[in-house]
Amino acid sequence: MRNFDYQRAGDVAEATALHGNDHSADFIAGGTNLIDMVKLDIMRPQRLVDVNRLPLTDLESLDDGRLKIGALVTNTDLAYHERVLADYPVLSEALLSGASTQLRNVATTAGNVMQRTRCPYFRNPARPCNKREPGSGCGALEGINRNHAVLGTSEHCIAVHPSDMCVGMQALGATITVEGPGGTRDIPFEEYHLLPGDTPEREHDLNDGELITHVTLDAPIDGARGHYLKLRDRMSYEFALASCAAVVAMDGDAIREARIALGGVGTKPWRSHEAEAALSGQPATEETFEKAAEAAMAGAVAHRDNAFKIPLAKQAIVRALATVTAQG
Amino acid sequence: MMDDSVHSPDDALQPRDASRSSNTVTVSLTLNGEPVTLEVEPNVVLLDALRERLDLTGTKKGCDHGQCGACTVLIDGHSANSCLTLAVMHEGCEITTVEGLARDGQLHPVQEAFLEHDAYQCGYCTAGQMMSTVSMLNDKRIGSDDASVKEAMSGNICRCGAYKNILSAVQSARAKA
Repeated sequence: MRNFDYQRAGDVAEATALHGNDHSADFIAGGTNLIDMVKLDIMRPQRLVDVNRLPLTDLESLDDGRLKIGALVTNTDLAYHERVLADYPVLSEALLSGASTQLRNVATTAGNVMQRTRCPYFRNPARPCNKREPGSGCGALEGINRNHAVLGTSEHCIAVHPSDMCVGMQALGATITVEGPGGTRDIPFEEYHLLPGDTPEREHDLNDGELITHVTLDAPIDGARGHYLKLRDRMSYEFALASCAAVVAMDGDAIREARIALGGVGTKPWRSHEAEAALSGQPATEETFEKAAEAAMAGAVAHRDNAFKIPLAKQAIVRALATVTAQG
Repeated sequence: MMDDSVHSPDDALQPRDASRSSNTVTVSLTLNGEPVTLEVEPNVVLLDALRERLDLTGTKKGCDHGQCGACTVLIDGHSANSCLTLAVMHEGCEITTVEGLARDGQLHPVQEAFLEHDAYQCGYCTAGQMMSTVSMLNDKRIGSDDASVKEAMSGNICRCGAYKNILSAVQSARAKA
């Protein structure tokens, strides 16, 4: 692995000052994704600013019902936090379906938000990849693309977003707070991850030198239940082929409000307002769920090997909805 | 599979900047209960620091990418892949490796259980399996049924396929704890 300089920051101001808007510097928290990529030689930081000592390890219930999560809260601690278990079970399930115990013990909330695609063309410096090297082409478009995205793709990139946690957050609604040279600002979770379009190298709405300090979940929907269903090639320690985060509040036999987000199929953690509109006010029947699934995947585009993901995602939506509406 | 990331063959292809190769950092940590001070370059992962600098070769290098679990150690009591964390990140931390499990010549109950249940064949994954077991048995948030154990241990691959006996050893160690 290439070498780099290393600096340890004690607080947020010091971390952003040390980073100093320097293109060749990166923040490091858990490091489970970053160190892997440095070993693969697909990220080449000249300098790492260690943010693990920053006081961002707390979870705080706000007066308005929201839950403010420090950037350094580990995936394990977030999954088992009493508020998450009680009010945001979809997030707990999503977190615990991701990675392995060892990785979840180290990986952080902000690091998970920042994690990069596992597209094998992105991860292999000998292959073309517009995300890694803009303008070099996309190896996946005509290559082996069984695991690639069917929603949000472009002619330049079809890499799938790997996170489970982010799919749960996408369904719940959240705000990402960042601090940087321009001060502090809030970014709606849904606007944070960017579609590849003509600039697949731009993955998020973060300016140089900005550091995520918190992710704040919206207040839970009154009376809502949640469930995360993940379909994959093996039962554990594997990325999703298709996953569905479903949050549903009922009003008698009808769906009052529903939130649907998908993993394993999108170039970003995918929120489906189309599916939500098809569910709102409708009876909780399989016919309704199937209409929602059709609406969610109406814009899907398959490539050579991944057409199976479209029916798979539809089935994930139907089953997640059946499970969540049958609870209680 | 076994190449050392500090001296990996592809390093030879890259120009070495002299100022970069000498930028060592001093790290003081607690290793198996003893204070240790290390001078390491920032790119030395904890796994290589343990094996190459401190001669603790019980922790194994398998995939070197967090996919196999052979390098599992405890960091402040929780299981972690030592291949995906930098040694310099652990100033003041408490690291436990498989060498730190036995006390006063007595094997740890988890080590006893692995022996008793023949929970290995080649043994390469065993240190990692045992460290994950110790961490899991101390973490009361993880369920105690077989399905929960299998899920919690899925980050430890055994290519020989000793999973059945590993599960028996884990549950036996739990009963004796």
